[in-house]
Formats: sequence, C-alpha cells, structure tokens
Amino acid sequence: MRKVAVLGGGHNKFCFNSPKTSVEMLSEVAMDAIIESNLKPKDIQAINVGNVLGDFAEGQGMVQSFFANDIGCFNVPASRFEGACASGSMALRDAVMWVASGYYDIVLVGGVERATAMGTALATRTFAMFGDGHYEFPAGFTFPAAFALLAHLYSDRYGIPLERLKEQMAAVSVQSHEYGMKNPNAQIHKEISKEDVLKSFMVTTPIQLHDACPFSDGAAVVILASEEAAKKLTDKPVYITGIGQASSGKLSSQFQYLPRLRARELASQQAYSMAGLTPKDIDICELHDCFSIASLIAAEGLGFFEFGTAGEAWERGETRLGGKIPINMSGGLKSKGHPIGATGVSQAYELTRQLRGQMADQGRQVDGAKHALMDTLGGDGVLVSVIFAAE
Amino acid sequence: MEYKIIFKDYSKALKKNKLLGLKCNDCGTVTCPPMMVCQNCAGTNQEIVELKGDGKVVTFTTSFINSEGRENEMPITIVMVELDEGPWIMGNLVDMDPTKVTMDVIGKTVKLGHRVFPGDKYSAGEMARPVFSISN
Ligand SMILES: [Zn+2]
Repeated sequence: MRKVAVLGGGHNKFCFNSPKTSVEMLSEVAMDAIIESNLKPKDIQAINVGNVLGDFAEGQGMVQSFFANDIGCFNVPASRFEGACASGSMALRDAVMWVASGYYDIVLVGGVERATAMGTALATRTFAMFGDGHYEFPAGFTFPAAFALLAHLYSDRYGIPLERLKEQMAAVSVQSHEYGMKNPNAQIHKEISKEDVLKSFMVTTPIQLHDACPFSDGAAVVILASEEAAKKLTDKPVYITGIGQASSGKLSSQFQYLPRLRARELASQQAYSMAGLTPKDIDICELHDCFSIASLIAAEGLGFFEFGTAGEAWERGETRLGGKIPINMSGGLKSKGHPIGATGVSQAYELTRQLRGQMADQGRQVDGAKHALMDTLGGDGVLVSVIFAAE
Repeated sequence: MEYKIIFKDYSKALKKNKLLGLKCNDCGTVTCPPMMVCQNCAGTNQEIVELKGDGKVVTFTTSFINSEGRENEMPITIVMVELDEGPWIMGNLVDMDPTKVTMDVIGKTVKLGHRVFPGDKYSAGEMARPVFSISN
C-alpha cells in the first residue's frame, strides 16, 4: 500500500440557519481546499461525500453529484457515505484506501449537513433513525436518551455518585466552550461555567442542554493524495498512517460491554496497529463529544485513561493544552458544532492544521504535535478512527 | 435463510404480553430482541422461546424531549432491563411518575407489559414495545 497524504482543506463557520444550500456550502469549502492544494477541479479523480439528512432537510438527495458538477469536477465519480454522525469519517477512510491502493492519486473528501433547516422536532426524529427503528424507537429512543442511559449506567458501574459525575461532565463542556472561543469556525462562541451547565434545561436525565452538542449547518473538505503527488504540491504534507472502522448493533445488543463501546475499541486498535503506535504516542485528539458523557466514554475507549477515570482527568486539566493529551482543541462538537455529515472531515481538517503548526495564531496550537488521532461515532452502529502523522 | 422470528411476529406476540426470543441449542444463549443468529456464537441452531418477562432495571432516563409527533408522550422514562434469561431490552417504565425516577430504580425487579406505538409517517405501521412495572 502507498503512503497517503493530506493536501489542503476547507472549512466554513458552522452555524444555525445557514442561508446557503448544502451544495453551496460544500462547493465553497471545496474550492478553498482545491486552491490551497495548488490544484484545479480537473485534477480531482474521485469524490467522497458524507451527507446524512439532505433528503429530509432540503429535499435534496445525492448532493455529491450536483456538488461535483457545481465545482467543475464534471463527470468525476462521486459517492455519498451514510453512517449518521460518522459519515464524513467513513468517506475519509474509504478515500484513504482508494489512494493507498494506487487506483487514484487525488481524491476529494467532503462532508456537509444543513440539519437546522428541519427544526428541533424533526431533527430529533431523523437523528433517532440511527438507532433501531423497530425494537428501540417505539420506547421513545432518541440520541440524547441513548447517552443518558449510558451516563446512569456509567455512574452505577464505576461507583461514581451521580452528582460527582455531573460535575465531571460539566467540566467537559466548560473546556470545550473555552477552546471553541478561540476557533473562528466554531458555531458557539460563548464561555460557560459549571453552574451554567448544571442549571441548563434538563433534556433527558441526567443530560442537560449544556451536556449536548447543538444541531448545526456546515461543511468541510480535505484533499488526499499519494505521497508522490503530495511532494510535488506541498512542502508540508501530513500523512494518514492508520485507519480503523467497526460496526455495532442496536444499543441493547451491546449489553456485554456497555457503558464501553466495543466498536470504538476495535476501530482504534486497528488504527493504532496500522500506524505502529499506542495511545501514549498520540499528541492531540479530536473525539466525538456529541454529549459530555460521550467524551468520557470515548477518551477511555481510545486508551487515554483507565475506565471510570476520564472525568477526573478532565477536572485535573489533563485534556487541556499542555496536558497529558489535549482533547478537542477545536471546541469539539459541543462548541464548534456538529453538522453530522461534515463532522469527521472537520476533525481531519483541524488535526491536519495542528500537525502543520498552523493554530498558533488562534492560541490553541499543541506545540510540536507529531501524531494525532480522530474518533467519530455514528449512531448506534459505526465507529471510525484515523491517525495522522506530521512529516 | 428465513428469520425464525420477524419483527411483525415479535410485535404481535408482545401485544399479548408474550416476549419472544431465541434460545441457542449450541451455546445456550438467549437472544432477545430476536436476530437472525445467536448473538453470542453467531450460530443458527436456535429455537423460539417465550421469556418470562421478569428482570431488573440496569439503567434509565426520563426524557423531556421527544421526536416530532411524540411530544404528548413527554415526560417518559426509558429503561434498559436485564431479563432473567440474560439479554437486555429497551422499554418504558410505567406506573411511576417519570419525574420521580432516580438512580434508586437501578437494580429494582420489574415485570413485563406492553404498549403499542401507533407509528408515524416515517415508520411502517404500528409497533408494540415492552413496558415494565416495578414488581413487589
Ligand atoms: Zn449460540
């Protein structure tokens, strides 16, 4: 297999109520990425796009083809990936394999979502479609509820009194908002306190409004190239050295592992093994903090902390800039926003820039970062891990 | 290969308070909700069994939000129950004020009942779901 590099990227400001269509948002960031990569649209050989709910949000299916045409990638093969919130990461992983195999030299990976056009009630309904529609949805299953079930289970299994766990969860949200303040592309620029989190609207016990990421509109793109092509186009290639993906079934079917998510542990082990690294080697991580409790479960599953201890680590500042493992320096899904089809591509964009040392101006650069890990969770059923390395 | 229990038959049985699952003749594991294969060994040598409907609450949440069209069901308590036969299933806790459900409910023994979700414009018809009451 060939080495796969990331060239340039594009990323818009995530927001509520985008005035632009999904095709427009994606086209704009794609052109930014193409220009930054010193390419022309005709150089793109294939396109992978993560998009989940265009059908419901805008009555627009197969955005990938219309978008390809809009940016002048006429007749270029374009494929859509759907794995709920991990769609963009699946598109990325698949593109890595196309380039690694030698089939293509340059592939554009995009992700886009315009979820806020649906309004909260329909958005909640459509997101719930990524749980089991027959055996679990009838009970009132929603994604906040899924992670709320995991939060109470986490408290019980690890013997952490709920009030303590709630404080730890609040610490996650407070940190995310602090770094999100520094990210010009973040949807929410607002510092919050632990008290703000604990007095916010109760969504589904024990998850409150500030334990949850927002609904978002936004788009992101990264362009992948073979090592040979990358060396001609950029003097700062960042390489993708590990990829992993695993599936899981309905929440109840995962009972032997919960509150751990086995698919994440398997996906990250694939990526670590391919890259020849262990969690200790990772300098920065973007992980899937759709809910504050999800961050704790993720950081443990990825191997950064012992099970049941991630909350203390957040409270001690181990996940901050300068800490043991800086996590979500972008503000995470909580503050940066979570346009679900775009989220994984956004994580890749962020980490690529971190490894190139381009975040110093924003006051959130992890100095000397060499290895980065991204983690994305889609619905009940898919986990993707990707490892990036600086040259 | 056909399913031994399809959702339609599971739902129909549940409407009579009968909880159907599959018992593996190779490893003894009970799979419920039913799947094509044994959830432990992936084998297909299974027989249909009726579970007792007894279990204990392993986790819960009381939701103050719900999907479009289901707003009138709020607040609602969702539980995961570990059935006596082993598997976990998702359902609702009933006969208790949802706003009064706390961590104390974890470990409580419960008994199966059912309610029917009539379906919405995104689902293919009505679906029965398990509900649980604290047993004495
Ligand atoms: Zn078996």
